[in-house]
Amino acid sequence: MQSQDIIRRSATNGITPSPQARSHTEEVAKLIDVTLCTGCKGCQVACSEWNDLRDEVGENVGVYDNPADLTPETWTVIRFDEVEDESGKLEWLLRKEGCMHCADPGCLKACPSPGAIVQFANGIVDFQSDQCIGCGYCVAGCPFDVPRISKKDNRAYKCTLCADRVAVGQEPACVKTCPTGAISFGSKADMKQLAANRVEELKGRGHEGAGLYDPAGVGGTHVMYVLTHADKPQMYHRLPADPYISPIVRGWKEWLKPVGALGFVATLAGAFAHYVGVGPNTTEEIEHEEPVLPPSDETTSEERV
Amino acid sequence: MTLGRRQFLKAGGTCVAGASALALGFTPPKAYAGDSRQYKLLRAKETRNNCTYCSVGCGILMYSLGDGAKNAKPSIFHIEGDPDHPVSRGSLCPKGAGLVDFIHSEGRLLYPEHRAPGSKEWKRITWEEATDRIARLLKEDRDKNFIEKNEKGQTVNRWLSSGMLASSAASNETGLLDFKFARALGMLGLDCQARVCHAPTVSALAPSFGRGAMTNNWVDIKNANVVLVMGGNPAEAHPVGFKWVMEAKIRNGAKVMVVDPRFNRTAAVADFYTPIRAGADAAFMLGVVNYLLTHDKIQHEYVKAYTNAALIVREDYQFEDGLFSGYDADKRIYDKTSWTYERDEQGFAKSDPTLQHPRCVLNLLRKHVERYTPEMVTQLTGTPAKDFEHVCAELARTSAPDQTATFLFALGWTHHTSGAQIIRAGAMVQMLLGNIGMPGGGMNALRGHSNIQGYTDLGLLSLRLPGYMNLPSDKQQDIGTYLKETTPATEVANQVNYWHHTPKFFVSLMKTLWGEHATAANNWGYDWLPKWDRSYDMLAYFDMMYQGKVNGYIAQGFNPLAAMPDKNKTAQALAKLKFLVVIDPLATETGSFWQDEGKYNDVKTEDIQTEVFRLPSSCFAEENGSIVNSGRWLQWHFAGAAPPGEAWQDSRILGTIFTKIRDLYRKEGGACPEQVLNMQWNYRDAEEPLPEEVARECNGFALADLKDDQGRVVVKKGQLLPDFSVMRDDGTTSSFAWIFAGSWTEAGNQMARRDNTDTGLGCTPGWAWAWPANRRILYNRASLDPSGRPWDPKRQILEWDGRRWSGADVPDYPVTAAPGSGISPFIMQPDGVGRLFGCGGMTDGPFPEHYEPTESPLQSNPLHPAVTYNPVARVLTDDRARMGHVKNFPYVATTYSITELFRHWTKHSRLNAIIQPEQFVEIGEKLAGKLNIAAGDRVKVSSARGHIEAKAVVTKRIKTLNVMGHDLDQIGIPCHWGFRGATKKGFLANTLSPAVGDANSQTPEFKAFLVNVEKV
Amino acid sequence: MDTKKAFLRTKFFDRMCHWTMVACFFLVAMSGLSWFFPSLNWLGSVLGTPQTARVLHPFLGTVVFGLLVIMFFRFVHHNLPVRTDIIWFRNVIGVLMNRHGDNLRIGKYNAGQKILFWGIMSLISVLFMTGIVAWRAYFAAYFPIPVIRVALLAHSLAGLALILLVIGHIYMGLWVKGSITGMLTGYVSRAWAKQHHDRWYEEKIASSSETPSKPHS
Repeated sequence: MQSQDIIRRSATNGITPSPQARSHTEEVAKLIDVTLCTGCKGCQVACSEWNDLRDEVGENVGVYDNPADLTPETWTVIRFDEVEDESGKLEWLLRKEGCMHCADPGCLKACPSPGAIVQFANGIVDFQSDQCIGCGYCVAGCPFDVPRISKKDNRAYKCTLCADRVAVGQEPACVKTCPTGAISFGSKADMKQLAANRVEELKGRGHEGAGLYDPAGVGGTHVMYVLTHADKPQMYHRLPADPYISPIVRGWKEWLKPVGALGFVATLAGAFAHYVGVGPNTTEEIEHEEPVLPPSDETTSEERV
Repeated sequence: MTLGRRQFLKAGGTCVAGASALALGFTPPKAYAGDSRQYKLLRAKETRNNCTYCSVGCGILMYSLGDGAKNAKPSIFHIEGDPDHPVSRGSLCPKGAGLVDFIHSEGRLLYPEHRAPGSKEWKRITWEEATDRIARLLKEDRDKNFIEKNEKGQTVNRWLSSGMLASSAASNETGLLDFKFARALGMLGLDCQARVCHAPTVSALAPSFGRGAMTNNWVDIKNANVVLVMGGNPAEAHPVGFKWVMEAKIRNGAKVMVVDPRFNRTAAVADFYTPIRAGADAAFMLGVVNYLLTHDKIQHEYVKAYTNAALIVREDYQFEDGLFSGYDADKRIYDKTSWTYERDEQGFAKSDPTLQHPRCVLNLLRKHVERYTPEMVTQLTGTPAKDFEHVCAELARTSAPDQTATFLFALGWTHHTSGAQIIRAGAMVQMLLGNIGMPGGGMNALRGHSNIQGYTDLGLLSLRLPGYMNLPSDKQQDIGTYLKETTPATEVANQVNYWHHTPKFFVSLMKTLWGEHATAANNWGYDWLPKWDRSYDMLAYFDMMYQGKVNGYIAQGFNPLAAMPDKNKTAQALAKLKFLVVIDPLATETGSFWQDEGKYNDVKTEDIQTEVFRLPSSCFAEENGSIVNSGRWLQWHFAGAAPPGEAWQDSRILGTIFTKIRDLYRKEGGACPEQVLNMQWNYRDAEEPLPEEVARECNGFALADLKDDQGRVVVKKGQLLPDFSVMRDDGTTSSFAWIFAGSWTEAGNQMARRDNTDTGLGCTPGWAWAWPANRRILYNRASLDPSGRPWDPKRQILEWDGRRWSGADVPDYPVTAAPGSGISPFIMQPDGVGRLFGCGGMTDGPFPEHYEPTESPLQSNPLHPAVTYNPVARVLTDDRARMGHVKNFPYVATTYSITELFRHWTKHSRLNAIIQPEQFVEIGEKLAGKLNIAAGDRVKVSSARGHIEAKAVVTKRIKTLNVMGHDLDQIGIPCHWGFRGATKKGFLANTLSPAVGDANSQTPEFKAFLVNVEKV
Repeated sequence: MDTKKAFLRTKFFDRMCHWTMVACFFLVAMSGLSWFFPSLNWLGSVLGTPQTARVLHPFLGTVVFGLLVIMFFRFVHHNLPVRTDIIWFRNVIGVLMNRHGDNLRIGKYNAGQKILFWGIMSLISVLFMTGIVAWRAYFAAYFPIPVIRVALLAHSLAGLALILLVIGHIYMGLWVKGSITGMLTGYVSRAWAKQHHDRWYEEKIASSSETPSKPHS
């Protein structure tokens, strides 16, 4: 991907947008079918391998999840949840967690550094680490708690959807490696069709709650899930049922900015008008006193008028 | 001081100007949105290889620095899946995806090292010093302890006081050299990982079907209607092969069922899961047999035509109270004379096609399994009754000719004292259902290591020869006796009985081993083969070592301290060696067995007088060669870089040491020098044989013009053999492994072929080369009825065109044998059929039987309390003293692998260490509650043999079972950690398991033993 | 130099506090604005690269806060509301329209300055607290994301309000001649004092008749 393919940049004034002409790029998407996922973590390793990431060797905390959470050097993790229904039937719910590549990315909205977060015409939301200042606003902006700031360089990192691979026509590393075909990649339209087929089959197998997770609250995502319990996505390690950019973040980035700008204009204009209108507030010297001078400073004499 | 309006404006202007200047001066030149990372592979050198871990044999593409130009030194920096590979299609599991960190592991050995007796440290030495010293030590020990003749005066030419372990991750070419090296010295203590892995599979499947290998192949699993995963966990151990299970599920609507002590990752995506007590699988499977027979859910035509159901068994065959006829209680062995068919005048087996005869196999089987009622099975296994019935009913469904079930199993079935019998029971179910030879059917043994199949094929086991022939015993003093005893007589008229060609295979092997020294006059060098008196399998050999009867040992690409059961005993055994040579790419625990690692390896270093050599070898990525996957595909791979540091390829290490030993024998003489000096070693560089020349040697050559019946020359002298059908027993052909004949022909290296065209039902005969004769589905003639009609038209893989058989696959059948010829499809069997009654093929009975694990939670076997354990399973005296009792060790433990790690190798790979950093055990919620253990607590797990400590993973996935009316808890113990590697230090899990093996193959019982658990 | 005729209004220590704070404040405010208004991104360059700006902004902000805490204790007693502040409020239009002469009974600080004082002190406290919550490098990890979001919004609001207040403050300094010099030198003329802070002027006159004011240095 090149800067030419960017349709949205962080911290860029809406009236001076990125190049918009090359908009005919096909939107891509990654579809994660949790019903086929065995939690092998092949995607985790392939991701780190391709992206030259090596996290710390941590410790076991009593579960299979390792590393225990996303980190600046682990851009995707498998979440393991053991769930038993009323009948005692056990389900091991496995979900590959990582950036969702929202159509309306909260990280990009929150980012104050021009071009540190970009959205490509194909839907990929990518962090340009060299532009990142490490403020962490993306962390606050993300409805999925995905970006992580590195302690090493104070920059934000997350899944790039292998923008470098996609740019040359390849699929992301996790997609390629997935042994069971639980991760698919293609045009967003194709992925939605594939998901529809899978959902239909799952319903046929008695999974009434099966469905596609492509949340409208963030304008849809370019990483989607097929869930057996799409009616209860929270079961999958707190996947938000209805994610959206927090109104507080919107208030901060969308509302406060014009109000603030207005405040500045009003204050400066008011002061200017006041000065021009009222004139300087000078002191009539009493008892013919000399103007007060700094006790030991000759250089300010130019100020004597 | 005043500031007029003019001044105010002036000051304001100055501020603006200043700010602008500031901005101009300080603003970064261009706040552009940078491009994403550059694509890193654009012109890097791409090399094709295969993953070194499991037997799926995934294709990989390795990318190294430079574009191949001579001036660039390649270093592999990225590996990803080969999208052309028919099995992996670009996928790699977490192990394969992390291969680059295996290649560049900090644990890679870079130069030869030596540890002097009693020393606390390694000392760097040169290759010259190392190979000189090792050659000298080996020769000294051989000369001193070589046994030319046994006490009876028989020529045995064996050397027992030094042994060798060969690596099943090395190439076939290295394997060939291993074999020649070890046998040229007269070694019997030779083994490979197959011993601790899938040996029971061979022991069980060969007598059942004729060959001991996975019957189908990975891609074929997609054709199944029912997938039974039992005694295996392919989602974790063979993740990419498991792709085809998912494919069956999605595209074929297959039902996937998992029966396992714990709800594992395979169960997570299965349609059905039910628990079972570890070690009770035979009872379960025999219960299924009983169900199929009592519910009459068998594929009648198939059973009658293609199994020995109708053959009549001798009258003196009996089974009573857990014992078959012929038991010798003192020697703990069976006299198997009665375990065979009743013969007619011509010596052929009698049969009753009406299946009415009380002693026909089917009726004997019916009687044998009637004890395995659903009640008995569920009591023994702990599996809920309705779950058991469900599994039976689903399997029974596939008795319909157009339905198939595939059985996927691995070490969960092999790692038992009755492992081979469990597998036999599974094979019987599949025969009754008519699922063998069918696309989408089969007994699919999911082999372990990347080349464990190859090393099994090459006979790198103490009593084996290449191509599934046996090493002669000292009772077989001459070649005539040997060939007579090993070449089976045809048992049913008109059958192929392909093993009747054994003399051809054997003589061709001898010509490869001894070259021009093998002549008709000296029986092709027969005397130089070491003859055995008993098994020198790893368990037996390490016991000898423990008793101080072994002086030298070579561990090549093998980590026995971690791989053998009863680690503490193994460590003590190694400490009694005079010298140990470790050849490995990595720093293994075995190489460091003498190092004090605190609680992880509590030894007194100064007391250990073993001299240890650590020789760095190449890994898969640094060599050319072939490995055989579980589907018997020989796949050729290429080196992508040179070995690191001073590391040598295995062939060079073996070649150099062997050449030095030979030089010493040439100069100094010694014990039986002919054995050493006559071994054919005619490589361009004796010290560094090339894989390509070794591979051609393995395939074999015509040593003279080979003529057909009409006298036409079919193969010219000096040419590579096109296949094994042209082999001769007159010394005019050579071939190391007859089953590999055809792998490198005059047409080139067949193993390197890359045409992935699907010729139907997932067969890709143009990709690599499969033994035997490039067949992808074994016994495929059994997918059609005797008259040549497919049982299921949708699965037609062969067809008869009036003259020949052809089709999507290579026929596993005489290609010109017309339908209705009466030739049965199991061409390797002397009776031509699949064997429900195993005859004398097994040491522990012609029918399977459930026996308890050596350490059982039950006081006795409810089926026959007097015979609780496998009556012929060997328990060595030293080991019997190290067994525990349920009173002190109340929980059943089972060890296994998990997805993230491969045995003890991947802990050296940083990428894999990250995703599973620390040792853990799995404990069910109920037991954890009782013991007050929370997730993440440290626990101590102990057996009679030692203890380990690990983190506790408390899970809903392991349930308390009801076994014989009592609650039974099971503990899951993944075995991947140790005191070397990139993970956190851990204990070798095999500290806990008992050193007792499968009755047929001496494969250790890792899957069911007794432990206690405490919170630390 | 005859300083007897001038009043010492701000002591050296306080002046140093003030001007140090001013310098830091400018850097902090400019970098803050650079992130708030992307089009003003260039303002952040006062602290070097965007990354150094991110590093320095919170530290300098902490300095500002620290100095203001000191100033709070040194100035708070002059800024407590008193009854006479009402007079200033009543005459605020007159004050802004530059009408002098009325005796507004203004102490050292007038009511507007007191509002400024309390405004700055409370806003800087909000900025400090919310800044800690949002300070990614050290503290943000200890707070839940929803709290950080509120903190970021509050930080921006408080920052804006503070900057606007300070612009007002600067303007007043520029408008009222003698103020800046007063803050620089510490001295204001008696006339200035009488004109803007009549009650303080009277207090000074009264106290100087008892104890002569000391020269500055």
